Amino acid sequence: MIFDYFLLSFKSIRKRKLRSWLTVIGIFIGIAAVVSLISLGQGLQTAIDEQFQQLGKDKIIIQPITLGPPGSVTSKSLILTSKDLKFIENINGVEWAIGYLVKSDQVQFKDEKKVEFIIGMNPSDLTTNLELQGTKIIEGRSLKNGDKFKVVVGYNHGVDKKIWNRGIKVGDSVEIEGYKFKVVGRFDKTSNPLEDGYLFVPKDTLKEVLNTGDEESQIVVKVQQGYDVKIVADAIKEKLRRFRGEKENQETFQVSTSEQILESFNNIFGIIQTVLAGIAAISLLVGGIGIMNTMYTSVLERTRDIGIMKSIGAKNSDILVIFLIESGFLGLIGGAIGVGIGYVIGKGVEYAAVNYLGTTLLRAVFPLYLTVGSLAFSFFVGSIAGLLPAIRASKLKPVDALRYE
Amino acid sequence: MEKRKIIEIKDVWKIYQLDAVEYPALRGANLDVYRGEFLAIMGASGSGKSTMLNSVGALDVPTKGQVLLEGIDISTLDESELSQVRGRKIGFVFQAFNLINSLSALENVMLPMTFQNIQRSIKIEKATRLLNLVGLGDRLNNTPGELSGGERQRVAIARSLANDPEVILADEPTGNLDSKTGKEILELLKRLQKEQGKTLIMVTHDLNIAKQADRIAQLSDGKVIKISNKI
Ligand SMILES: Nc1ncnc2c1ncn2[C@@H]1O[C@H](COP(=O)(O)OP(=O)(O)OP(=O)(O)O)[C@@H](O)[C@H]1O
Ligand SMILES: [Mg+2]
Repeated sequence: MIFDYFLLSFKSIRKRKLRSWLTVIGIFIGIAAVVSLISLGQGLQTAIDEQFQQLGKDKIIIQPITLGPPGSVTSKSLILTSKDLKFIENINGVEWAIGYLVKSDQVQFKDEKKVEFIIGMNPSDLTTNLELQGTKIIEGRSLKNGDKFKVVVGYNHGVDKKIWNRGIKVGDSVEIEGYKFKVVGRFDKTSNPLEDGYLFVPKDTLKEVLNTGDEESQIVVKVQQGYDVKIVADAIKEKLRRFRGEKENQETFQVSTSEQILESFNNIFGIIQTVLAGIAAISLLVGGIGIMNTMYTSVLERTRDIGIMKSIGAKNSDILVIFLIESGFLGLIGGAIGVGIGYVIGKGVEYAAVNYLGTTLLRAVFPLYLTVGSLAFSFFVGSIAGLLPAIRASKLKPVDALRYE
Repeated sequence: MEKRKIIEIKDVWKIYQLDAVEYPALRGANLDVYRGEFLAIMGASGSGKSTMLNSVGALDVPTKGQVLLEGIDISTLDESELSQVRGRKIGFVFQAFNLINSLSALENVMLPMTFQNIQRSIKIEKATRLLNLVGLGDRLNNTPGELSGGERQRVAIARSLANDPEVILADEPTGNLDSKTGKEILELLKRLQKEQGKTLIMVTHDLNIAKQADRIAQLSDGKVIKISNKI
């Protein structure tokens, strides 16, 4: 019987093609927005989770308190030094600690000049760093102890027309601050296009050519197995504060565990998604009102039909169900189109991100719950919007309805 | 003919409320209808013919008085019971056909059975049979818009038979048709009354039609003022 009611509703929707389409637009814009935004949000979330998985939960990052990128601190008193690094290495629970010197500076290759991030590290630490970044050497070799004026470049440096007109090859050399650096190796692609533009050089050489003093832009710590990451982080914070002679709560550095960083990412994410959900909810509300309006008109238009159906035995509840299915159907059609469009938008953004931004971070992910949920929800919105008109329709008196012109 | 009452209209009043004014459309009408008979109802426009037919057909409840259908007082029934009566015991045929325009002839005839939860295959089979009976076996999939007035009324008659009602109520069924088509429709309804033993109550303005009925009830100002038997 429900099947027959579906058929009835479907016929009536089809008969009012144009209006049905206009009504449906109200819903599918909302659903398309929800689906594309959530799919991208989900994709981004998954990508970030993966990155952190790579980094591992057992890492602690220490850096000067700054608003700028690593390496942007200039004031002497704020800078972390190799002494701090040594000190941290010896704290209980620390397996190893890597200090990075991060600078952005002009790099020259042949006739071209570009400002790039240059990472100075101890050659022996680079292999560990490769693991953290989730990449490997695809050409040449990594840095090794004793290397000076050698550079390993990120993936994009070797791609024609990406950073340089002709990609850099192993054996070429680049110039930094007038010094020649020989390219000994190149990394594979990472998921982060920014990292694919890095140049890795021995830390001591970088200090020398840039004339920086003793400086560590960022220190990454791996916690020994069996130690609680949070406790080790707290210990580092407290001990380093004393070591540097700073007061509590006035530290010039910050200590964060990888989990804390992930958490703050997720918090920002949560806020963004809430805002997006809010926008989507408003557009769905508007769509729902559109359906309600259409259904009221439909009830008016079909007053006679209602009278006819009642005269041949339709109960009030039959009429109610018929109209609810009809409005739910409108919602569902809108939802289905919305899911389709949302899918296309999501995949489109992903395509654009990969091809124009070079990042694989912005992936559109379509979990089943998103599709099913969107469809169920749009059916629900449609039915709710149709409830009042349907009740009105069901309560019409048969004679009055039949007399309606 | 064995005379058993199927419908008893006892002192029925129907008062319409028009804003502040009360208008009595029926003012103490009395009428008995016998099983299997063909009863014509005549009267001036506005005399209350449709109002009376609607209260017999449970489309409307009288303000006062009793309408007994097979001994059951319609005015005591609730909304869902009334729809049961309309669906099972009564078949309506209206002047304006009252078909659902978005549905095909077949679907229109199936619809009363849908409201009685009848299985789809049975509905299709029966609706097809009924449309064949009224001579529309080749127009099953046409919508009302694609049918002539006479054909539409045939669909409506087929629909009125869908749930095998005892009583067929026809309110000026030929009113919108030319005289030749009207005659065909009348013949069809008479055939159903004779062959299937349906009780046929028909409102008409046409004395020639009324003359073919077993009895004629004359309405005036909301009352049955005269009942004449077949001459
Ligand atoms: N729903 C209503 N509200 C108010 N007045 C009504 C209503 N239905 C009928 N009436 C009035 O009741 C009176 C009887 O109406 P009814 O339709 O029964 O007349 P009728 O005999 O069928 O007339 P006709 O031959 O024109 O169809 C009319 O005066 C009509 O205006
Ligand atoms: Mg009338």
